[in-house]
Amino acid sequence: MKLHEIVNELSLQVKSYGGGLERDVTGGYVSDLLSDVMANSKEGNLWITLQTHENIVAVASLRNLAGIIIVNKREPPWGTLKKAEDEKITIMTTQMSAFEVAGKIYQLLICGHM
Amino acid sequence: MRETIEGSFQLIGGNFARAGEASIELKRRLTELGLSEEIIRRVSIVTFEAEMNVIIYAAAGWLRYSITPEHIKIVVEDMGPGIEDVESAMQEGYSTAPEWVREMGWGAGMGLPNMKKNSDEFKIDAVVGEGTKVEMVINLSRGK
Repeated sequence: MKLHEIVNELSLQVKSYGGGLERDVTGGYVSDLLSDVMANSKEGNLWITLQTHENIVAVASLRNLAGIIIVNKREPPWGTLKKAEDEKITIMTTQMSAFEVAGKIYQLLICGHM
Repeated sequence: MRETIEGSFQLIGGNFARAGEASIELKRRLTELGLSEEIIRRVSIVTFEAEMNVIIYAAAGWLRYSITPEHIKIVVEDMGPGIEDVESAMQEGYSTAPEWVREMGWGAGMGLPNMKKNSDEFKIDAVVGEGTKVEMVINLSRGK
């Protein structure tokens, strides 16, 4: 499933278009521990987290993730968005909790609809 | 790739804003060399974890790499506090990171274990009050 389909279905707010919305999403990974994401996420995954600081961009870039979804109405600071544009990483935000977003994305990827 | 390719990056302790730049640049070079995704994944993990350790704990350090047809060697050396109990530090979940670093999602005690897990050879030397040196080799021929 393409990233833009998930963005539309979940009404995610796109904060940095760096990586575009055409990437194929292979799955998702939910974690707020950066070393855990480095070790266990997979290429093309959407990363769901409440972390907003700029190191999340390096993690997404190094692991070739499809994008980062920041949950619970949290807003990434300017420095994070700037880095995301530089490294071509797409960052999205949502009011939903990690549980809710993950559940919806799981349904979309596994069942094809919510 | 016939000859040895070498390079190095300087790392500044406490500079979270630039954290990951060395690892991302090295990943770019490995991608240009056409190395496999699996090798690039492992190198990315070990270099980024080592880079973060310097940024979190040390005053400054160096990340040096050399790439031969057989392997990639990464050496990260810092001027920092060293490690009092290396055996504990190698255990998953053990960390001495301060609370504010943990709130950023670091300091979960996964750094050194991740480095070891993703290297074919792993060596650590730490002298308290002087610094830490980590040497890692990832084989290109027959990975583990």
